[in-house]
Amino acid sequence: MASFDVMPDVQLYQPVELDDALNLADELGDEGWLLGGGQDTYGWLKDRAKQPRAMIDLNGIEALHGISETNDGIEIGAATTLREIIRDERVNRDYSLLVEAAGRVASPQIRNVGTLGGNLSQDTRCWYYRRGLDCYRAGGNICYANGPESMNREHAVIGASRCVAVSPSDTATALVALEATMVARSVKGERTIAAEDFFVGPDTHITQMTSLKAGEILTAVRIPAKWAGKKFYFEKVADRDVWDFALVSIAVAMSMDGDTIGDSRFVCGGVACTPHRLTNVERAVRGKSLSEESAEAVAPMASEGTKPLNYNHFKLPLMENLVRRAMRG
Amino acid sequence: MNPQLSRRRFIKAVIASSVAAASSSGIHSALAQDRPRGAVERLISLNINGQTRRVDVSPQETLAHTLRYKLGLTGTKIGCNRGECGACTVIIDGVTNYSCSTLTHSVRTRAVQTVEGVQSADGSLHPVQQAFIDELSPQCGFCTPGQVMSAVALLQENPKPTRDEVRHAMAGNLCRCGAYDHYLNGVMRASGQNS
Repeated sequence: MASFDVMPDVQLYQPVELDDALNLADELGDEGWLLGGGQDTYGWLKDRAKQPRAMIDLNGIEALHGISETNDGIEIGAATTLREIIRDERVNRDYSLLVEAAGRVASPQIRNVGTLGGNLSQDTRCWYYRRGLDCYRAGGNICYANGPESMNREHAVIGASRCVAVSPSDTATALVALEATMVARSVKGERTIAAEDFFVGPDTHITQMTSLKAGEILTAVRIPAKWAGKKFYFEKVADRDVWDFALVSIAVAMSMDGDTIGDSRFVCGGVACTPHRLTNVERAVRGKSLSEESAEAVAPMASEGTKPLNYNHFKLPLMENLVRRAMRG
Repeated sequence: MNPQLSRRRFIKAVIASSVAAASSSGIHSALAQDRPRGAVERLISLNINGQTRRVDVSPQETLAHTLRYKLGLTGTKIGCNRGECGACTVIIDGVTNYSCSTLTHSVRTRAVQTVEGVQSADGSLHPVQQAFIDELSPQCGFCTPGQVMSAVALLQENPKPTRDEVRHAMAGNLCRCGAYDHYLNGVMRASGQNS
């Protein structure tokens, strides 16, 4: 397959009103490409692995920018950059989990332009798929990442169905832990989607990572007050501290009742096609305190139900150790 | 004749003639008159290093391409062209960006600073550039313009960074010679602190 490094011919729209963007997205349908920071986009286009007719640049739309308070928490516009989120006082005070996750995305320059909506909607990093091969995710009927000689150290250990790609987003794990709600708009109107339902696995839609439909635009993310200022833990393990995607990451939100844990959310990234909730761990930690003892008790549960591929068994102890570290307090 | 100048002139002439040939033979289909309704206009003004530059920009063009091949600002290097190395780093509205992964059309209303624009009006080097020379920071030098831009942006915002803050701020710039510590020394010296 030929390799390119320059941009292909593609048209560009830069609407300044959300309605214009929605109309464009509706008209263009599958041939349109929504553009946030573009850091996932340009690789696809330069490789000719995706060939949209036109890009719709959403950055000029004022309504998609900024962080505001709501009756129940905060709302972050989808075109707000990760840099703005990391530096926002309110987010730092109440939702430091999101700040830590956003702060571990890629590199400083990418965080300067990368948007929250783009980070959540980015496509998977499976190198076979990104090379433009005709795999399940690209509409074909084979998985190149799950053969006897496939290189799959970065692929899924749970929740795979034909496709074994994983969710690459760091902010996704944090937002699932924080029980965020995604706001999507189309010409037909607005709908809200719970973060957990926003990300879809291959058993639901094998060719897409999110439940957004063609013509829909993710406009905002709402984070409820429920988890504001709670006990958080975030850790991302990657080959390099910069640029690389998570091998395994963990985002934890815990509601403490004195020394003991009440409600909690444990979410792993890099192990499944969606952020993966460790519901068995959540049940087990209720009533426990943060200590070495409880860490040892619940850590082995983290990898329950996993089915590693040839080269990614190492992710299982990583999941367990991340839970262990979250529980040490 | 200065051989460097003639080489550069030659390359520019080749680029100019190929652009002329392409537009006269109609290869560039997306000329201003036949763009779809509402799509971006090609002829735009850019604010580069404080100067207004008029330039014909195709819709998909990256800023690195425009800077190097249309405006002759070849200080900005293209390494990977994928936002994975940092050689093309420029400052846009005070913030570092990978120009290889920025559409030129997205900076129309913004102030772009390249490595050509960091020296002072009298031609003396920016403190970061001078410190990089004093600390022998570059080895082969290809990543240096990007390193300069990241350091300049950091010091604008945080004039007295700790060594660790510098390390984080410069993390988006690869140096395949591995001269990272020398660049760190340079930034610390530029900030007036002991390296």
